[in-house]
Amino acid sequence: MTVLVEILSWVLLTLGGISVLIGGIGALRMPDLYTRMHAASVTDSMGAMLVLGGIMLQAGWSLATIKLITILLFLLLTSPTSSNALASAALLAGTRPIAEAKQEPGEVQ
Amino acid sequence: MIVMFGIFLLTLLVITAIAIVRTSNLFVAVMLMGIASLLIAANFFILDAADVALTEAAVGAGISTVLFLSALALTSAQERSKSSRRLLSFTVVAVAALVLIYATFDKPRLGDPQAPAHTHVAPWYLENTPTYIDIPNVVTAVLGSFRGYDTLGEVFVVFTAGIGVLFLLGSGTAPGSLPRETRNEGLRHYLIPRVVGRLLIPFILLFGLYVQFHGEYGPGGGFQAGAIVTAAIILYALIEGERRALAALPQRWLLGLMAAGPLIYGAVGIAGIVLGGNFLDYSPLASDPVSGQHLGILLIEIGVGITVTGVLLSIFHAFAARGR
Repeated sequence: MTVLVEILSWVLLTLGGISVLIGGIGALRMPDLYTRMHAASVTDSMGAMLVLGGIMLQAGWSLATIKLITILLFLLLTSPTSSNALASAALLAGTRPIAEAKQEPGEVQ
Repeated sequence: MIVMFGIFLLTLLVITAIAIVRTSNLFVAVMLMGIASLLIAANFFILDAADVALTEAAVGAGISTVLFLSALALTSAQERSKSSRRLLSFTVVAVAALVLIYATFDKPRLGDPQAPAHTHVAPWYLENTPTYIDIPNVVTAVLGSFRGYDTLGEVFVVFTAGIGVLFLLGSGTAPGSLPRETRNEGLRHYLIPRVVGRLLIPFILLFGLYVQFHGEYGPGGGFQAGAIVTAAIILYALIEGERRALAALPQRWLLGLMAAGPLIYGAVGIAGIVLGGNFLDYSPLASDPVSGQHLGILLIEIGVGITVTGVLLSIFHAFAARGR
């Protein structure tokens, strides 16, 4: 049982690490702000959830797990909100998504 | 393992520092400084300095960034290029860096038990905290009681800094000086940040109080708690507008809070004298010395928290008032 939990925990941690890496590469390689934010959100949501899940399995049933769940709830509430605020601020400041900029004025999608 | 983490974090820190120097966009520089603070906080944490890490994360990465951003709102986001005297400043920095690097050769190795830091007074504190003060967090015992004078000095430094900034920027948000309330003040027309912010503010305040009153048992204390409470109120000011934040906690009150902290701290010290001990000796405050120490530390931490909240919020409001 402990071995199983250990393996599961490391699988989650590794997947979380991979998600963060993918998010980082995406944030560097994507062409404009909105697609970059889309890539970076993998770090916020998937990466954080998997890594915290892995650590929770390491911690077992203890006060630490409850704290980790609180952190996870906080992240799940705040990171989409900050992404939303960032995107709407960028849109207000006049940054258009490139997909929209490439589209011809009369073209129907 | 710890050494590897430390090297990794410090390498990132050096890269961030170089990036801060090289960028000419001040907005980017402020963001990078927040990252630098977070990295150094993580580094403090792996060195087991949880209290310092919490302070650095709350003040350095949190509040400083907000204050820098509100300062940037008053000026331009681009650094004015200044190429003259570059060689001179580079030489000065290089020489200073070489001297500092040379000085580190004399430093004891990380974790060396014979290092002066571990042989001087630290063993005494570790050994005697259970007898004299009896709280689990030795850092709070050292900061609050054994070296209470130093913390009193820090509170006065924070207080003086607040006075200095208010003299420069003016505390000038007289009730009539605010423009008429508009519908779009703050982020009130953005539904999502507003709803989530409203949901989170009570919990942030609760966490601030936890850090304030749990400082004797875990990492925390007045400085960190003050920064966290300030963060909650700044969030309120951002989503509901300056005016509502000032209505909830007027500038007059903030000035009072600024002064109240050093007063509480000093009064606790003088109460020690009146009750027959020394200045900042908390033992006579209660019938038995250990509870006296508990009470004294609790009171001075409240003083510290009040001052930090008052000063940081006053500075934030001063910047925001200039921005209009």
